[in-house]
Amino acid sequence: MTKIKKNIPLIDQHNERGFYLNKFGGNFVAETAIKPIEDLSNLFEKLRKNKKFLRKRDKYFKYYLGGETPFFKLENLTKHLGGAQIWCKDVSAINGDAHKAYHATVNALICKESGKKSLAGDTGAGMFGKNLAMAAKEMKIKCKIFMGTKDISRQALNVKFMKKAGAEVVPVDTGSRTLVDAVSECMRFYVSNCQTTHLAVGSAIGANVFLKICAWSTSQISRELKSQIIKEFGKIPKLHLLNVIGGGSSAIGFWNEFINYSKNHVKLTGVEAKYAAPLTTNAKIAILHGAAQYCLQDKNGQIADTHSISAGLDYPGVSPLHCMLKDTKRAKYTSCSDEGALNALKLIWKYENLRPSLEPAHAWAECIRIAPKLKKDEVIIVNNCGSGSKDAKIIKNKIGYYPK
Amino acid sequence: MRNEIDKAFKITRKENRPALISFTVAGDNTKKKSLEILKSISNTVDIAEWGMAFNCPGADGPEIQNSSYRAIKNGIKLNDTFSLIKKYKKYKNSKPLILMGYYQLIYNYGEKKFIKKCKSVGVSGLIVVDLPWPDNKNFSKLCKKNSICFIQLIAPTTSKSRMKSIVKDSHQLIYQVSNVNITGGKLKSTAKTILKNYQIIKKINPTKNVIIGFGITKDTIADFKRANGLVVGSACCKVISNAIKNGLNPAKKLNNMLLSLKEKLK
Ligand SMILES: Cc1ncc(COP(=O)(O)O)c(C=O)c1O
Repeated sequence: MTKIKKNIPLIDQHNERGFYLNKFGGNFVAETAIKPIEDLSNLFEKLRKNKKFLRKRDKYFKYYLGGETPFFKLENLTKHLGGAQIWCKDVSAINGDAHKAYHATVNALICKESGKKSLAGDTGAGMFGKNLAMAAKEMKIKCKIFMGTKDISRQALNVKFMKKAGAEVVPVDTGSRTLVDAVSECMRFYVSNCQTTHLAVGSAIGANVFLKICAWSTSQISRELKSQIIKEFGKIPKLHLLNVIGGGSSAIGFWNEFINYSKNHVKLTGVEAKYAAPLTTNAKIAILHGAAQYCLQDKNGQIADTHSISAGLDYPGVSPLHCMLKDTKRAKYTSCSDEGALNALKLIWKYENLRPSLEPAHAWAECIRIAPKLKKDEVIIVNNCGSGSKDAKIIKNKIGYYPK
Repeated sequence: MRNEIDKAFKITRKENRPALISFTVAGDNTKKKSLEILKSISNTVDIAEWGMAFNCPGADGPEIQNSSYRAIKNGIKLNDTFSLIKKYKKYKNSKPLILMGYYQLIYNYGEKKFIKKCKSVGVSGLIVVDLPWPDNKNFSKLCKKNSICFIQLIAPTTSKSRMKSIVKDSHQLIYQVSNVNITGGKLKSTAKTILKNYQIIKKINPTKNVIIGFGITKDTIADFKRANGLVVGSACCKVISNAIKNGLNPAKKLNNMLLSLKEKLK
């Protein structure tokens, strides 16, 4: 089986042991966590079919997260680059400033349904942490956020927010002191507290049920987008959907409703950070954080260090769902350096009133690279999945200024 | 399957005491030193567990993480671990050796190659923390074919029906995770609860040896005298860490600690 199946949601295309294409994903977890994970899986499968729960989710998406995020054309940038039409799905306009808002909210709702009184989550850039803290406060759940000490200092604004919202931020000072270590520590915390705590994994990674919950939640992005496109164009034109890839939660959500179109019709391109790019560099499969996935590692199997200016991308592995999209050739992956992302920001600022965070800046760089080569009737849409305010200081340190 | 592990339990059963099982990390803090430690404690323990250090462990507490970190920093690789085991098994006082670790290192090495290598250097048993039943069925069969005991884990959260299946598919030795925790945490369950779970497992098949681990220290070990065996992990790693910090000999220090534990099991 090397093809994506039509008519089955992407997240459900796993075998009975949780493997996609029989090799990605699975449930590589300690025996202690098996039962709680099975319980969660049963609960999630029940809830996603439950009309009352779906109405509740939609209500939260609408009134608490602010409803549909905008979709608009970047006229100036399009004119400047002189090729394809450039459009923006501005997910950063959501209450919570990033797509992480969707799956943080859903995790808090599931936690509530499970009867558990506390939840634990990991965060890199602090966007998932911030949204989880917000959602937990809203639903009166206790919240613990695990974050690498390197990220705590480079994303201090978000840390302040989390604490203000009443979450406990647990500093993780092991290994590279970034997202990979935060996820490890959070999962260890879960093993010790799995009977009382709901685990919210910050991207479409982890054992099977966690990546399913994540992708199911962020898919709201492409549901909205599809109807926005049809409203605008009257049909689905020839599309290029560009998205940054950290763990891959925003990209999966942005692409989910378009998987069944042919790749000549809707082309999917994921952009990794240059030194955290398992898909672009043909990394081997590793077992990390409960799942088999393409992952940067040394020849002895130790998980490798990564580098990215963007804390949200500084992660050696990637969602098993993207491994499947790569192997079936449904999506293409490329990478972008720190410098490339910063240069993209400068151009965006010059032509548009848009302030992307460092993560989507990687996708904007790819947009700027390919747009001039494409025809005018082709449409590029970039998922502007995060707002730049959290990165103002880092960017200013690097290039000397940050626009109003 | 004739295996050195069975022989070890024959002896402890005859002596009417649980097997004392140490856990240290291969290559902690250097390759040479870790072998020295293993030889030294083999005068006291009945079975020795050796950890394969991995830098993203999903179920280890700070003590074992520290040991693993030191070992990786000092360059331990699986092939080094295998050559050290080969040397160790030539030592007259050597005990049955169980390798313990995370699946990633085995997957990276290649399952078949890994098991062949284990057999050739004299590994008696394997524990793979994150390869739970039933995903471990093939791996477990492969172990059996090579006369290596694959050790299934059972946790307090494991349901009764699952427990039965695990026991059925287990080899001669089963590892009972004492409480809902990672390694090195304080025991959250009472000895009574833990022993009750132990009895439930034993009742399913009394011929299997069941060892208890996680949170076993000098303060708790005496409560579990009735078990077939007891694993002491983080407490061992802590002694090694302290000895290194204070410029003392970890091999000697750890053997002394294990001797005092053994006293408590009499
Ligand atoms: C705005 C934004 N985009 C992207 C990412 C990367 O994660 P993912 O690929 O899961 O969307 C993050 C992670 O924190 C983020 O904050």
